Amino acid sequence: MPAYSSDAERLIEVSHLAEVQGRSLWADARSRFVRNKAAMAGAFILIVIAFFALFGQLIAQYERDMIDFTLIGANMQKGVPSIETGHYFGTDSSGRDLFARVVQGTQISLMVGIVGALVAVIVGTLYGAVAGYAGGRTDDVMMRLVDVLMSIPFMFVLILMLVIFGRSIFMLFLGIGLISWLDMARIARGQTLSIKNKEFVEVAHATGVAPFKIIMRHIVPNLLGIVIVYATLLVPQMIIFESFISFLGLGVQEPNTSLGALISQGASNMAYGVLWQLFFPLGFFVLTIFGFFFVGDGLRDALDPKDR
Amino acid sequence: MTDPILSLRNLSVTFDIRPRGAWPWTQPLKLHAVSDMSFDLQPGECLGVVGESGSGKSTLARAIVGTVPSSGGQINFEGHDLADMTPRQRRVHRRDVQMIFQDPLAALNPRMTVGDIIAEPLVTHEPNVSRADRKARVQDMMQRVGLLPNLVNRYPHEFSGGQCQRIGIARALILKPKLLICDEPVSALDVSVQAQVVNLLRELQRDMGLSMIFIAHDLSVVKHISDRVVVMYLGRQMEVGEAQTITMRPEHPYTQALIASVPIPDPVLERKRARRTLDGELPSPISPPSGCVFRTRCPKAQPSCAKAIPPMLEVAPGHLVACPYHEPENVLAVSA
Repeated sequence: MPAYSSDAERLIEVSHLAEVQGRSLWADARSRFVRNKAAMAGAFILIVIAFFALFGQLIAQYERDMIDFTLIGANMQKGVPSIETGHYFGTDSSGRDLFARVVQGTQISLMVGIVGALVAVIVGTLYGAVAGYAGGRTDDVMMRLVDVLMSIPFMFVLILMLVIFGRSIFMLFLGIGLISWLDMARIARGQTLSIKNKEFVEVAHATGVAPFKIIMRHIVPNLLGIVIVYATLLVPQMIIFESFISFLGLGVQEPNTSLGALISQGASNMAYGVLWQLFFPLGFFVLTIFGFFFVGDGLRDALDPKDR
Repeated sequence: MTDPILSLRNLSVTFDIRPRGAWPWTQPLKLHAVSDMSFDLQPGECLGVVGESGSGKSTLARAIVGTVPSSGGQINFEGHDLADMTPRQRRVHRRDVQMIFQDPLAALNPRMTVGDIIAEPLVTHEPNVSRADRKARVQDMMQRVGLLPNLVNRYPHEFSGGQCQRIGIARALILKPKLLICDEPVSALDVSVQAQVVNLLRELQRDMGLSMIFIAHDLSVVKHISDRVVVMYLGRQMEVGEAQTITMRPEHPYTQALIASVPIPDPVLERKRARRTLDGELPSPISPPSGCVFRTRCPKAQPSCAKAIPPMLEVAPGHLVACPYHEPENVLAVSA
């Protein structure tokens, strides 16, 4: 047994001989996040919306693409939101159940946002970390490629792609995946540059840990804080992006729908007094985006307490 | 005499500095971090390296570990030159040469538990060791460096500076290396903790038969732990010799100035002694002075000092001085 330098250490040894579970930085961040009321409210809203998107179809009384011909032209009278008729959110101008359509729209919008953010997190983080860690000429080439891709007006290219290759959800995902990782790669690279000069990376290098392992074990975990924050703020951006494309009529195609497409239809029918066609999808859209922003803000405060 | 475990021959390390806004095809400037270092390290010996900030001590350490490429000369580790090692030899070198850093907290990954940090060299070099075995070795090592083994699942930010340095030592020693390089391991710690860590290092060195290179700018710490001392200035060695000789009877004017700057804890002695401090700043390592690099601040500088780089003169067996105008000076006392 070693000689302990003080009685205090001996006391500590006696008082907890059992292995102590340490509080990781993640655990600290989690407790800070839980204490943040706005962020928790945002998280709660998001969970409710996610449940709505996942299980709403089970509550819906009608299929989302079933056209009720008796309602066409009589929307103002018979298509009003009501619990009795089973059209909880009313019907759209073609006599389809708006509730079922909003459920699907939310699904698609969330999916677009999450796919975009996932691509950004996986591709962007790795790309940026590799570029930053490699440094020198590799870094130059990789980052100039990002610069070139960024300088292309993507909205324009995406619209062209949708027009040429046909409008499909796959094309939309491809387009969103293509742009979403660029910013993330830059952020990850910048962070990597500061982390790779830390001494613990040098120790790993000197011990002979392989470069890719250093990136995965030492750099990426220390990047994740900022990456997660940026990803949560990226999700609403992607949702807005998709909505814009759908609003232009180029995104998701009938009979499928997204929140953007629903808002577009609602907006064009505003003049006929069927305001529910606008407000229900718009409400979900705004709530989702607020939820993500609040959660993102909360995460930033929780993961980076020095910035407050 | 046995074969030295490490021998440097005219080692130089230069860095390319590209001035801001320069054209890509212009020749980069050369920063001479380390020039013409030669010394041998015997197995089980502790060599102190002293010098003021910017004298190239850390670069020397990094060149020996192999994280900074040398640009001239040789680093022979157990007879193999670092520059043309086969991957297999390099792996052995990485295993047998470990390093301890100045900032104890920055040297630990904040997202890993202490157990994982200490086990990392083990996982890298002995991937076949079973999980239970690995844990046992980590906890054994933690006990040896004076940490409680039940803290394996804690994170670095939950420890004090001294404890963090012990974690760094445990990580460096878990593979039972032959050479340990300590890059100012105690300068970020409290004086009381410094003593604990230095004594721990000494104890471990004796028990494990380590060779050690101990870098510091604090002469009293170096004197306490080292057998021999190298004094560096602007990337060059000024004086090499036994720790006792260097600290008690320094010959080189720079060493004398360094020792004169160490305060003596006895106020009576401290008041009595004549203080000589060096004027000016360390010259730029991008364009070092011609001849003797120390001549710009040397009290004994002569016109001839600018002409040629002074060779290392052997004034006594094992005591080398890079100054033709050297003369011994008796030192009152250096705080231990």
